[in-house]
Amino acid sequence: MFLVGSGIGGYIAMNFLSPEGYTVAISDATIADLTALGFDSPEGFVPASQFSWEALSTMSNLWILIAGGFMVGFGARYAGGCTSGHAISGLSDLQPASLLAVVGFFIGGLAMTHFLFPLIY
Amino acid sequence: MKNLKFLLAGIFFGIIMFKSEAASWYRIQEMFRFQDFHMYGIIGLAVGLGVPMVWWIKKNQVKDFSGAPIVFQPKAWSIWRYLIGGTIFGLGWALSGACPGPIVVNIGAGYAGYAVVLISAVLGTFVYGFLRDKLPH
Repeated sequence: MFLVGSGIGGYIAMNFLSPEGYTVAISDATIADLTALGFDSPEGFVPASQFSWEALSTMSNLWILIAGGFMVGFGARYAGGCTSGHAISGLSDLQPASLLAVVGFFIGGLAMTHFLFPLIY
Repeated sequence: MKNLKFLLAGIFFGIIMFKSEAASWYRIQEMFRFQDFHMYGIIGLAVGLGVPMVWWIKKNQVKDFSGAPIVFQPKAWSIWRYLIGGTIFGLGWALSGACPGPIVVNIGAGYAGYAVVLISAVLGTFVYGFLRDKLPH
């Protein structure tokens, strides 16, 4: 029920609580990096080239979605928690295991962003 | 009635994740490039509020809405589990730009690609279930 609610919350926020033509205002440095990788200038909440309905017809895109989702699901179960479980709740409870998991999140995230993104895109 | 409470909590969570932009692929990229304080501010504030709240809940043995005590289960220490599992999760987080909750928020926001991410994530949890006994923990 919580997840159903989260989806409804996303729908409400996107359609009723955001201005027309809303775009996430990330820093110029990030826009420059993403443009260098071949992404369009930011538009909307996430890149349409990756997550729109139309983007599902591109096979290479589909593999990125499948691989990303798989690692999120597998990793969250393996590590015994995700961002909210370890980074927020675990750190709030001062759990050393959660700190190690968060270190892992960043090792993976930094490796993906800085080493694998240039190979993928 | 209980379901309605979860539903309302979920709606609230979804709106917060969207409006704070913590569920945005763009913000996750910015975070992993250390190019803005945005995400660190959100996580830092959450933990900064969480630490005294958890301390207060433990100290006063606060009960949840059904009257049951709120218990914090300490995580058993292990290096492999958290480091490897965490790293795999981080790779997926950066690639898909969303952790489990925000995947659903993005589907609600109308991004169909996240439906594929969700199905694949559920598949990932099943595969973990199959391999659990063979993995170092």
